[in-house]
Amino acid sequence: MDRIPILKMGEFLLVTIQVDLYDRLALTLENDLINMVSKTEARGVLIDISAVSIVDSFMGRILGNIASMSKIMDAETVVVGMQPAVAITLVELGLTLVGVYTALDVDKGMELLRSKIGDRPEEEEDLYDDIV
Amino acid sequence: MMTLSKEVVTIQREPDVVFFRNKAKEYAVKIGMSLVGQTKLLTAASELVRNMLRYANGGDAIMEIVVQNNIKGVRLTFADKGPGIKDIKQALQDGFSTGKSLGLGLPGAKRLANEFDIKSEVGKGTTVTIIRWKNGL
Repeated sequence: MDRIPILKMGEFLLVTIQVDLYDRLALTLENDLINMVSKTEARGVLIDISAVSIVDSFMGRILGNIASMSKIMDAETVVVGMQPAVAITLVELGLTLVGVYTALDVDKGMELLRSKIGDRPEEEEDLYDDIV
Repeated sequence: MMTLSKEVVTIQREPDVVFFRNKAKEYAVKIGMSLVGQTKLLTAASELVRNMLRYANGGDAIMEIVVQNNIKGVRLTFADKGPGIKDIKQALQDGFSTGKSLGLGLPGAKRLANEFDIKSEVGKGTTVTIIRWKNGL
């Protein structure tokens, strides 16, 4: 069965969607992501949709679901790289992705995730600075 | 209105949707539709194909390049032999769904298209037609 790979990077999970999604694939991703959040105790999920040319109401709902479910699991979700034409279309479709954080690119998305997670003990923070 | 080229794709499974979207995109690119126009057309198509799969177990998706007053456009027709829609006016309202969806599919597709037409008969099936013109807003 087709699957979208999920990469673990520090305390974040990274997903880059490179293919056109059909519903089953999107649902599998939702399921896999939430399981990974639980298994890896990830604090953030970053979804890169820069290669996605169509986000319809189903895909939009999946993105919203992932954000809500992650939130319950104590992880924040940021969707990055949305193409301008996709943003225009989404709003006209009537979907505003309420509750989903967005950023223009992966760098800004990571920054946003780090700022959202914020309250970590100092030691961990130092450790993180070293990696960066 | 004149039809320049025409193709029919039978939709039976979810992956057919991806195939159909790619085909429809070729049509939109062929007539020089803007990227935003293409995105709107294909997103609307995606909603309508899903409806066909979900509520009618599939059907036929027909794409055409049409010309009217020297302006080209892509016309997509989705014809199924499903249960039909009892109340079309209600089905076109934002947030209405008999399934578990957000209820944006049909009204959203209508907003994204330049022209929209729906015919449905209970027990016989539903046909939805949308057009996006090359220069459509």
